[in-house]
Amino acid sequence: MSTSKPVVSHPNVPRNKLGFIPRDYEGVMSTLCAGCGHDSITAAIIQAFYELNIPPHEAVKVSGIGCSSKTPTYFLSQSHGFNSVHGRMPTIASGANAANPNLTYIGVSGDGDSLAIGLGHLSHIIRRNVNMLYIIENNGVYGLTKGQFSASADKGSKGKRGDVVELDAIDPLQLALTMGATFVARSFSGDKGQLVPLIKAGLTHKGFVLLDIISPCVTFNDHEGSTKSYKNTRKNCMKVVHTDFVPPEEEITTDYQPGETKDVELHGGGMIRLHKVHKDYDPTDRAAASTYMRSCQDRGEVPTGLLFCDTDSQDMYERHRAVKEPLNHISHKKLCPGSEVLANIQAGLK
Amino acid sequence: MSEVRVNDLVLKIATVNGTGSASANALLSKSIYRMGIPVSGKNLFPSNIQGLPTWYEIRANADGHTARSSQIDVMVAMNKDTYAEDLAEVRPGGYVLHDSSWPMNAELIREDFTLIGIPLAKLCVEHFANPRERILMKNIMYVGAIAALLDMELDVIKDQFQEKFASKPKLIESNFKAIMLGHDYAKEHYDCPLPLTLDRIDKTSDHVMIDGNTAAALGCLFAGATVGAWYPITPSTSLFDAFTNLCKKYRNDPDTGESRYMIMQSEDEIAAIGMVLGAGWNGARSFTATSGPGISLMGECIGLGYYAEIPAVIFDIQRVGPSTGMPTRTQQCDIVSAAYASHGDTKHIVLFPANPEECFYLSVAAFDLAERFQTPVFVLSDLDIGMNDWLTPELKWDDTYTPDRGKVLSADDLENMESFFRYQDVDGDGICPRTLPGTHPKGAYFLRGSGHNQYGRYTEKSDEYMEVVDRIARKINRAGEHAPQPIIQSGTGSRQGVITLGGCDGAVQEALTALAEQDITLDFMRIRAFPFAHSVREFISTHDQVFVIEQNRDGQLRSLLINETETAPEKLIPILEYGGMPLSASQVLDHLKPHLPQRAPAKETSR
Repeated sequence: MSTSKPVVSHPNVPRNKLGFIPRDYEGVMSTLCAGCGHDSITAAIIQAFYELNIPPHEAVKVSGIGCSSKTPTYFLSQSHGFNSVHGRMPTIASGANAANPNLTYIGVSGDGDSLAIGLGHLSHIIRRNVNMLYIIENNGVYGLTKGQFSASADKGSKGKRGDVVELDAIDPLQLALTMGATFVARSFSGDKGQLVPLIKAGLTHKGFVLLDIISPCVTFNDHEGSTKSYKNTRKNCMKVVHTDFVPPEEEITTDYQPGETKDVELHGGGMIRLHKVHKDYDPTDRAAASTYMRSCQDRGEVPTGLLFCDTDSQDMYERHRAVKEPLNHISHKKLCPGSEVLANIQAGLK
Repeated sequence: MSEVRVNDLVLKIATVNGTGSASANALLSKSIYRMGIPVSGKNLFPSNIQGLPTWYEIRANADGHTARSSQIDVMVAMNKDTYAEDLAEVRPGGYVLHDSSWPMNAELIREDFTLIGIPLAKLCVEHFANPRERILMKNIMYVGAIAALLDMELDVIKDQFQEKFASKPKLIESNFKAIMLGHDYAKEHYDCPLPLTLDRIDKTSDHVMIDGNTAAALGCLFAGATVGAWYPITPSTSLFDAFTNLCKKYRNDPDTGESRYMIMQSEDEIAAIGMVLGAGWNGARSFTATSGPGISLMGECIGLGYYAEIPAVIFDIQRVGPSTGMPTRTQQCDIVSAAYASHGDTKHIVLFPANPEECFYLSVAAFDLAERFQTPVFVLSDLDIGMNDWLTPELKWDDTYTPDRGKVLSADDLENMESFFRYQDVDGDGICPRTLPGTHPKGAYFLRGSGHNQYGRYTEKSDEYMEVVDRIARKINRAGEHAPQPIIQSGTGSRQGVITLGGCDGAVQEALTALAEQDITLDFMRIRAFPFAHSVREFISTHDQVFVIEQNRDGQLRSLLINETETAPEKLIPILEYGGMPLSASQVLDHLKPHLPQRAPAKETSR
């Protein structure tokens, strides 16, 4: 059951360049638990789409199964959505992208959906470099089935019933770096100031974007002993880089001292501005990013921000040297070689 | 001296795989085809790349009966590991050609066949210096010997070398030298030709030799499929190989060279069907090809496609199950699993091509049906149809064909609509108009595999859920009348009928012809689609006894007929062959005979 939000008219709400108000990017009322980190992410997604002036009907949202995968109904109700089956969202996204790459694709998944049942598909969609923003709303537990640990639960983390995680966690960002992702970032659901620019940059980046967002589960994983609780995350999250997204038409200001700021231009036209918090951090060096993340993990810290970015990759469509015209638009006349060609082909079978 | 039999023979070649015999065997069957004689070549190969036994069966028959026959007239025994079984298989009065560089085991030699020894290895060593040639030319040499023994036209063979090695004249020379060595040795040492000969006729001129997977790939190309996703699995792999090659040649933008297709080799079959659904939902004609194990893996997503109503085409090139089964043997064992694939109440449109010709035409039909009925459609081929070369009437293409894209709303349609809801049966035919992402703001909807109502919204209410699934059931059942109709040959007045499907066709037809020669007539129906058309029920109801002939252990087609037509089970007599070999007419006759009126004296049965 879904509950529509009441339509309230606010004459003074600012409109974006397309004339839309933020409400136009919202969805139905969330049915998640009050205080769920996922709802904060939903709000950040709405803001990012609104600010980027993306026509809602040209956006496509895809998801799998789980609490996180329910959230695409809570944003962009004027967009096409595909809520698929557990773990298989990357395959749906790849196929949809093959048919028409000219839409803005956002996938929302969770740690169960992406790191257990769908780990293989996640690995391969990264490899294919499908042009999309893929968000993992990561809380370390299976919420809808009431609190089992997922593959991202940290070793030693305690469950609500006292059970302890005995296996090492799978870190989606290390996986993403290994599989060749071209945009690797992490944030925290409670940090909207960091989240919105990262989502905007992710939507504008050409290639596959993995954005892992720590999103505490208030019902099953937000207690003492949980490493994915609000308290723990707030304490141990540290910004490697402070990220701003600069839209293409905005004048570039020079508020920051040289040496502390790095602008990365995106193919979509925008620019990400990174302010280095840690000296020597280079977000364009894949190997260094991996080593750095490992060392943070050893210290019990969770590095956030844009951790790796390659703005010069070929996405799936380009690698296939596919035509600019989306495949789903091409007329049959251009696709069918016709009777004469069939006769010629068969002449070779005689 | 026995009577000479012309243009009616079975030749079996036993070799070791990876030794280059495949091209020699193809050379033989193509030569027969080019002599105008209907022919089939069936490759019985192991699930292995090199070193295991492999067989190739060639049947030439002027009457066009090219189903498998177990009456082996000539055995080319090139593999001493399988001498015992190969020699035992030759019919009484038949011939065995072997490499006499080494003696044949005396205990295997039977009185009732003629042994023809050609010292192939020895001749190779004497006439070829290159070690590779010494191995490969043995194969070409037995073709030469066969040509002499069966009185084949040497020019037909030579022409093929000239075409194949046009840029390498040395190879033409060496290959033809090998042919002549085998040919001349046979002529010098044996009475050539045998009382089994091949004589030019004109029965193949408007035909081609093509395998079903290539024909299906052509169908996909011409139907306008743009997205293909697949995972390698025998025996379906060659379908995507063929599609890829065809696309590279015929699917590029003539100005830029950019491709108008996307082929994705996925990480598994689950991903393949997911990609097909993603692309189909987004309005591209998309398909996958797999075999039984892949269908098992795809199950969940097939249910998603059914319930969320997404067009998809799935080729299942059946092989022997269950589990890994026998990957290089043929069966029709996925009939039930395709018809009802996935959990929950599901039922799918399934098409059953009988030969490469139908692989082509039914592929096109599959895309039209998938988009018209907004649902996954199966094309159930098998290893025998898919991987063997069949004599096939030239495929024709109607240039006026326009694809049936189904009910897809345009931006104008949406602009003029008050509101759009995805699962509203506005036309009352069970098919609801759909929209493609990006078309128009009014067209957006949220597709889900979870419970939904006619407005496309999530629901857990019984009546809303049932309204949707009941409509889908009506929709799919209606598809039976729009799918390819059964081929029926009736009017014999017989109260007995035969029902079959797919690749059984040739063997069953041949068996019925043989019975007709004995004045025993049976009505015939070959089913080409599921859900069953009304004519299927009618055929069953107008006969007292119906034999259901299929290639699986459990009588899957029969089960479907009982389930879907509510026929009393005792009326449908199962005739089952499921050992993994293509069906033969003699197998059909052996099963049928105990049930048929005896007419004595019976003429000699067909082969």
